[in-house]
Amino acid sequence: MLALDIPWGVMAIILPLAGAMSCFLWPRCALPLGLVTALAIVICVAGLGWQLLEQGAQRYAVGGWGAPLGIDLYADGLTLLMLMMTAVVGLGISIYSCGYFNQDRARHFWPLWMFLWAALNALFLSADIFNLYVTLELLGLAAVALVALAGGADALTGAMRYLLVSLLGSLCYLLGVALLYHSFGSVDIATLAERVESSPAVWAAMGLMITGLLLKTALFPLHFWLPSAHASAPAPVSALLSALVVKASFYILLRLWLEIFPFAGAALAQLLGLLGAAAVLWGGLQALRQTRLKMLIAYSTVAQLGYLFLAFPLASITGWTGALYVLLSHAAAKTAMFMAAGNILYFGGHDRIVDLDRVVQHLPLTITAFALAGISIMGLPPSGGFIAKWLLLEAAIRSGQWWWGIALILGGLLSAAWVFKVVGYAFTRSEVPHEARAVPAAMEWTALLMAVVAILLGLFVPWLLALMEIGLPFGGEGSAG
Amino acid sequence: MIPAFLYALVGVGLFTLGLYALIIHAHLLRKILALNVMASGVFLVLVALAARTQGMPDPVAHAMVITGIVVAVSATALALVLMLRVRIATGRAELAKEPLE
Repeated sequence: MLALDIPWGVMAIILPLAGAMSCFLWPRCALPLGLVTALAIVICVAGLGWQLLEQGAQRYAVGGWGAPLGIDLYADGLTLLMLMMTAVVGLGISIYSCGYFNQDRARHFWPLWMFLWAALNALFLSADIFNLYVTLELLGLAAVALVALAGGADALTGAMRYLLVSLLGSLCYLLGVALLYHSFGSVDIATLAERVESSPAVWAAMGLMITGLLLKTALFPLHFWLPSAHASAPAPVSALLSALVVKASFYILLRLWLEIFPFAGAALAQLLGLLGAAAVLWGGLQALRQTRLKMLIAYSTVAQLGYLFLAFPLASITGWTGALYVLLSHAAAKTAMFMAAGNILYFGGHDRIVDLDRVVQHLPLTITAFALAGISIMGLPPSGGFIAKWLLLEAAIRSGQWWWGIALILGGLLSAAWVFKVVGYAFTRSEVPHEARAVPAAMEWTALLMAVVAILLGLFVPWLLALMEIGLPFGGEGSAG
Repeated sequence: MIPAFLYALVGVGLFTLGLYALIIHAHLLRKILALNVMASGVFLVLVALAARTQGMPDPVAHAMVITGIVVAVSATALALVLMLRVRIATGRAELAKEPLE
């Protein structure tokens, strides 16, 4: 069939790049151009999904050059899910930002957002570690520019700190790439996976790459840059940073861990798990202490990122699936939350939690979105967050490491505490009234839709698990799964 | 064989030196320069290790360095613009310690 021959994966990178350039060249038409591109990317990702279902995992040699010299793109179930997550969240953010940005800001937002989307898609599809470095840098530069878009001292300082951290992380990663290339003469992940063996240079490379990626993923205690950058950015940007950008470096870490560093050993995995558990507790406690809604949500991202690392000590298919499920449901739920916070900020001009002043009467949809997203973040059924925690808990008990379950449950309780705190203030009267401004309906509805996606993730589990198994990214048989 | 590893060691030394400067200096321009020194260190490692074998050096590593330089130039440009903006907004080319208020 003709449509099956189209290289959908390549299209998913070229389209946002072309969209970014055209938004930049014709700033007056940036909004329609951006929306059309967003829709086209969604279609591309759907096409790629269909291709994967029909033909299994795909490998493209870009420009006809093979793996050792050229750049290979590779798509399996893991890639597909990441691309789908980006497409769904990206479409939501595109629609949301139509109402959020004025004409002047939109001119700058659309090209940067399209570049960011291109970098994300390229990152998820890359099959060689040097290309991953390039996409990581593209992603970082676009993300920093988007944070700075808010203007003001907070956002600029946050963006600057983010840029320095991001560059430091990529340089550590690049030095690791240099060492791996020196040892095995290839940057292709599949070739490296065949040739790799334990040696001091490889351990040094592993240490550097993991440190660099942890810095970018903001795993506790390397999370110091995240709250200020994520909280000071414009709401749609906060949403895409929390939902997508930090996940990208986690994705690279996951790929490297599964393919190149299988000899890494239990001690390192336990360390990552411990840091993850610490992040869950620390992020949850800090979230409770915050007085500003966006800061609170940003700290909750720190906590949720911790869950991802609980899968490393468990090292079973169930564990990895659970981590991936955390990743997906957090993406949808956190997008909804930042959108809701953006609506409240747009409506009242501030996001002080104690002065929410019965905002539920004015923005019922927004508060519903926040509460629904909260259900997923807490991990109550029937949401995606519940499935994620269930899978992680099952993996923990099966591997005989029940203590990781304590972190899961405590993290859920802490999330519940801050969600109820915010929702409570949304219902009570406060002394400072809002300087009310009408919120566009599109912004309220997209926030609600993203929250509904987070809930629906809990209902379509078998379907997503089947997609996840294309190309067996987590190996054929688990050690304990 | 030996000079290649010597250069690679110098590269690692530059990387460490840059990391140290990045951490201890408060002024943003110094931080940006420190990152550039670190990047040069990584590039030196790549170029040095490309000449590790007899005969022709490895062209792929050189291609990587060129790509890396392009990335580093763009990143430095963005960092410098951002530094100027931070200075205009806060009056100092340093990162404020206090969190968002």
